[in-house]
Amino acid sequence: MGEVIVITSGKGGVGKTTTTANLGVALAQLGLKTCLVDADIGLRNLDVVLGLENRIVYDLVDVVEGFCRLRQALIRDKRLDGLSLLPAAQTKDKTAVTPEQMRAVTEELRQEFDYVLVDSPAGIEQGFKNAIAGADRALIVATPEVASVRDADRIIGLLEAAEIPPARLIVNRLRPGMVRKGDMMSVDDIVDILAIDLIGVVPEDEQIVVTTNRGEPAALSHDSRAGESYRAIARRIRGDEVPFAEMDEPAGFFGRLRRIFGQA
Amino acid sequence: MLNLFGRNQSRDVAKNRLRNVLAHDRADTSPEFMEHLRNDVMRIVSEYVEVGGQGVDLQLQSVEDHVALVANIPVKQLRRRGRQGNN
Ligand SMILES: Nc1ncnc2c1ncn2[C@@H]1O[C@H](COP(=O)(O)OP(=O)(O)OP(=O)(O)O)[C@@H](O)[C@H]1O
Ligand SMILES: [Mg+2]
Repeated sequence: MGEVIVITSGKGGVGKTTTTANLGVALAQLGLKTCLVDADIGLRNLDVVLGLENRIVYDLVDVVEGFCRLRQALIRDKRLDGLSLLPAAQTKDKTAVTPEQMRAVTEELRQEFDYVLVDSPAGIEQGFKNAIAGADRALIVATPEVASVRDADRIIGLLEAAEIPPARLIVNRLRPGMVRKGDMMSVDDIVDILAIDLIGVVPEDEQIVVTTNRGEPAALSHDSRAGESYRAIARRIRGDEVPFAEMDEPAGFFGRLRRIFGQA
Repeated sequence: MLNLFGRNQSRDVAKNRLRNVLAHDRADTSPEFMEHLRNDVMRIVSEYVEVGGQGVDLQLQSVEDHVALVANIPVKQLRRRGRQGNN
């Protein structure tokens, strides 16, 4: 029986879909059968990030409305054994699916897959409620910005209320250089404020833009820093102890100075 | 926390603003939170003073760059001995 994990954030555009696609790739690379579910109905994106947009026949709404069987809607990624996508509908809206229907779909998927990753839409409305409906646990994506961390805090509260076990945090788009200069919150700052466990840090990486342009997630190749981070997170999801690279530690002369003065 | 030009580092400003806004958010989104806090304060304070009027009034207020928990507790009279003195 597989596990259902929702990837959510509250705030839009912080990297949920990018994270879902790359973690799917990284988990499949570990030999774990993984299904990605695009729960962002009406704003389908996961298919293009994965480069699978031309292969869609049926979607999530077709499944819940009984137009097709679940198996028929799944798209297998030919590049990578064990990775599948259940696409969202592009023409419907969030109310086309109920939380109960969503739970039924994820229940069926977990019979067949080791991991089911659900890409949540932004916000806290129906789309979010659908996305968390069948989840055993949650990963929260936040960028080192006030609005993103604030929204993450709200989401943590809502997940608690929904009795989904403590979520873990992915800090995305970290720029270590800016942190060192004191111009960006550090991972520790964010973890401290949100008081949840960290599962990974993904740096700001131009390769994300390049690989997304091509529809070939960064984690597919071994030459990007972000890809490295996703592989580490995938192993932590599986339960491995993977040490955290010290990405935002103060370095160099000023870093040491700051540390001496206790401001690190 | 000041840089060479005497300005607060934006990282620290961000942290501080977040702490403040989250204090209010958390209190607003969970009415029971303030209610429980009020009840607990009432319980402890009552061991020392006889609380009068409407009882304990608790509020989160933004004061300059931080959030303060402000309590207004009307006192009818002090008890002769506080909790420690009673045992
Ligand atoms: N680590 C990163 N480095 C650089 N760019 C990134 C990184 N993560 C995400 N991005 C970029 O940020 C943008 C938003 O990412 P994405 O679509 O994954 O966010 P989202 O949270 O799914 O958005 P939405 O709320 O609209 O669903 C994309 O252009 C993506 O390429
Ligand atoms: Mg998205």
